[in-house]
Amino acid sequence: MSAIVAGLVVLAAGTYALKVAGPMLAAGRTLPPWARRLAELMTAALLAALVATQTLASGTTLIVDARLVGVAAAGLAVWRRAPFIVVVVIGAATTGVLRAAGWN
Amino acid sequence: MRSLYRTLWRSSRDPAFTKAFPVGVAVAAYGLSYGVLAVAAGLSPLVATISSIIVLAGGSQFAFVGVLAAGGSPLAGAISGLLLNLRYLAFGFAIAPHLPHARRRRRAIDGYLVVDESVALGLAGPNDAVAHRFRVAGWTVVTMWIGATALGAYGGQLIGDPERFGLDAAFPAGFLALLSPWLVHRPGRVAAVLGAVLAIGLTPVAPPGIPIIAAGFGAIVAMRLTPANLPEVDDAPGGGEPTAGNPQRHGDDS
Repeated sequence: MSAIVAGLVVLAAGTYALKVAGPMLAAGRTLPPWARRLAELMTAALLAALVATQTLASGTTLIVDARLVGVAAAGLAVWRRAPFIVVVVIGAATTGVLRAAGWN
Repeated sequence: MRSLYRTLWRSSRDPAFTKAFPVGVAVAAYGLSYGVLAVAAGLSPLVATISSIIVLAGGSQFAFVGVLAAGGSPLAGAISGLLLNLRYLAFGFAIAPHLPHARRRRRAIDGYLVVDESVALGLAGPNDAVAHRFRVAGWTVVTMWIGATALGAYGGQLIGDPERFGLDAAFPAGFLALLSPWLVHRPGRVAAVLGAVLAIGLTPVAPPGIPIIAAGFGAIVAMRLTPANLPEVDDAPGGGEPTAGNPQRHGDDS
């Protein structure tokens, strides 16, 4: 648990530094366009990486299991503009139902 | 007691609050699932609750526990979360000009309140009340996010084995919803595809957590590959990303 707490403290301190930099430093200053752009695209790249690995990875191996179907169903819900919580519930419930039916 | 009542009555008629409240409800739903999943990933309920107080950035907290759940180290989880939070640097700079004449301590608190929802709701509307809308939305998110995390963390233990209910698929489903606003423009799509391909390609050969961090290079490559035609982010946090008031937007990422 102490390693987890240390990791959280790093995350908290770094996140606060990122958040407070603007309000503390910027009296009329703005970030250069390339920095804003990188921050944007970084978010897209990391979110996509998280989707991909948490759908297909099990430790360091790649497998196709019930999660893939669940995430595909969630993707359909996203496409239909379902609210966030509905997307999450559809993803989890689809996967849970498939597991209950005996498919891993 | 009487002044508490008066405060509640006044805020129930404040348009900034009536706008922020539904967003707060979505944040609460998200916080509830974070609490459950954080405990499933190995955090104690107390640590899970404290994490929401000290980090207050939902997407990165999900990333952190997601990396842990996949067997990655806490440090790899923290770095993934921080890369995800780089956008708050841009958000902080977007809201800063609207917080004038504030004292240092006030600005330090304003910095804590910088989340997707507060910046989006703050900047949506007339210019003279940006700071007020930002702070009202910020405190709404703080209350809902922390309270819901505690509820999920302490109540989630009643559920039992989370995999049985497909809760491990709740992570990628949630991230997919958060990702969707970035898929409307080409640079966002290129970055997303590159990030996903890099992470999957590295999974068999790199320690858990590292593929997520390496996916950040996808953003750098996408920047070189696509023209700089992202919508301006001066007025819209997230550069063209639909704001919280827009039905296109999914949930939150406090």
